[in-house]
Amino acid sequence: MCAIQRTACYTNGLVYRLVLENLKHRPVRTLLSALAIGVQVTMILTLVGVSQGMLHDVAMRSRGTGADILVRPPGSSILGFSGNMPEKIVSVVRAAPHVALATGTLVQPIGELDSITGIHLDEFNAMSGGFHYLEGGPFTGPNDLIVDEVYARSKNIHAGQSINIGLTWRVAGVVEQGKLSRMFAEIESLQDKYSAKDKISVIYVKADASANIPEVLGELKQKLLDYKIYTVEEFVSLISVDNIPILQRFIGVVIGLAVVVGFLVVFLSMYTAVLERTREIGILKALGASPGYILGILLRETTLLAVAGTIAGICMTYGTRSLMGAFVPTMTTEIVYGWWPWAGVIALVGSLIGALYPGFKAARQDPIEALAYD
Amino acid sequence: MIEIRDLTKVYHVGEVDVHALRGVDLSVTRGEFVAVIGPSGSGKSTLFHILGGLTPPTSGTIHIDGRDLLKMTDRERTELRKTAVGFVFQKYNLLPTLTAADNIAIARDIAGRNVESDPQFDEILNLLGIRTRLHHKPRALSGGEQQRVAIARAIVNHPAILLADEPTGNLDTENSNAVLRLLRDLNDRLGQTILMITHNPEAASYGHRIVKMRDGRIVE
Ligand SMILES: Nc1ncnc2c1ncn2[C@@H]1O[C@H](COP(=O)(O)OP(=O)(O)OP(=O)(O)O)[C@@H](O)[C@H]1O
Ligand SMILES: [Mg+2]
Repeated sequence: MCAIQRTACYTNGLVYRLVLENLKHRPVRTLLSALAIGVQVTMILTLVGVSQGMLHDVAMRSRGTGADILVRPPGSSILGFSGNMPEKIVSVVRAAPHVALATGTLVQPIGELDSITGIHLDEFNAMSGGFHYLEGGPFTGPNDLIVDEVYARSKNIHAGQSINIGLTWRVAGVVEQGKLSRMFAEIESLQDKYSAKDKISVIYVKADASANIPEVLGELKQKLLDYKIYTVEEFVSLISVDNIPILQRFIGVVIGLAVVVGFLVVFLSMYTAVLERTREIGILKALGASPGYILGILLRETTLLAVAGTIAGICMTYGTRSLMGAFVPTMTTEIVYGWWPWAGVIALVGSLIGALYPGFKAARQDPIEALAYD
Repeated sequence: MIEIRDLTKVYHVGEVDVHALRGVDLSVTRGEFVAVIGPSGSGKSTLFHILGGLTPPTSGTIHIDGRDLLKMTDRERTELRKTAVGFVFQKYNLLPTLTAADNIAIARDIAGRNVESDPQFDEILNLLGIRTRLHHKPRALSGGEQQRVAIARAIVNHPAILLADEPTGNLDTENSNAVLRLLRDLNDRLGQTILMITHNPEAASYGHRIVKMRDGRIVE
């Protein structure tokens, strides 16, 4: 193609050389601008990565229960596990045909993102295949807690030790992660301690054969009008950012902030660049460069900054992931490849908007102002 | 080719008005080589900047090739700078981040001309004695070399009118003579209309005609 369009190729080479030289001319400005754009990209990618990581965790742990169907109180939202219903509903569920196992659980939030799940240990073991204990063992008393390895690591606790999380518990056992929750207590003692006598949040149901799951589902929906009843697979597919409006809004706000940050950084950077280059711009105009030509140079420079910033930002997400892993291990951060292009587009949009005003200022500059006087 | 009538230019510097031009009349015919001389501050550079469409006059009229410069739109003035007028500034005004070769190439690029080799131009580079210096950035060039690169840049698009503001100001006699011979040659062979500002009477004698300015007016 270059053979046919040699002129165009040379031209682009020349202008890009000018753009690159300009960027190299002020390495600190270039580096800081790209880094700031990078931080913006990391911000978006980390937030999305944490959201998805945590949602995937929930999905994985829901599957880990071994249940086929879950029943939740009327009006509960997807991630709002804590609503409650009377414990006697469990017997209604058990009575339905083809139900092999049904067990009630109580989700008790204990601040921030943590919660303790109250379980009937033997029923839960029957359904999920049992905990794999890394340390200690099952509950021996009403103050006993079982935690998963991730939670244990994040709090640096071991079996036999006590932990105060609102109330004081004794860690009876540390188990492999992946089953329902990160913290478990005997359901009766949890109900007692939090004045939730006979209340449960979710009923996990196992059918006698997977072929019978649809039938069980239909039956339960008929018996328990208004209750939220899903197959686990259905439920897992519902756990996504798209179905959690508050998360969506939060991500939207962060993207908005990121665009504003990108805009400001590039605005400032390009504005000073234009001020500093009045002379060069004057020369180009004196040579007959049109406003579009000048604007084109600045927009190319901005695009390069945005691309460099995006790459830097993507690299930095690996750093933030390690940091999150070290400091908040209970929040799983994923690398969200699918969002890389979007983060780039967001960085580019903010940057280009930021470059517009300085660009127009440069394009409309009176050529002689810069040249006449020293 | 160029018709200037009663041209004035006032710069406003804070509270002070600087009358740089106080009524300039000048006609230049096609193919003429005019030397402009006059003391510092007499308005020579200002006159050139207005002619090149780089800054508007305060009053008066200018016709270039029959077209009224002051009635042109910005776009038409840009077009004029791009294609019809070549400018050598008093200060060399090269782009500091580009090599000498790229400084010349960008003038072609802006004019949208292809940048394939041009034997005639190669010869000019030889004549200017900057061939071997083309791959250096301006800061690695001497003042005289920078000025010669600026001259090469001004003539690379073969403009009909060349406005040269003290093109030999920084050159030794030898290089100065080479530049002046080149200008006269361009004028002779290609019929380029040339206006050249100089402080040097010997340089001025290369022109067909000498115009003298004083206090914003042409005095002879
Ligand atoms: N951009 C400007 N703003 C304000 N005053 C200016 C500007 N350019 C030139 N002047 C003033 O206008 C007058 C004429 O300046 P000009 O540069 O045209 O003189 P000149 O004849 O080229 O002088 P020299 O030989 O020193 O180059 C001077 O008094 C100068 O200070
Ligand atoms: Mg001057």
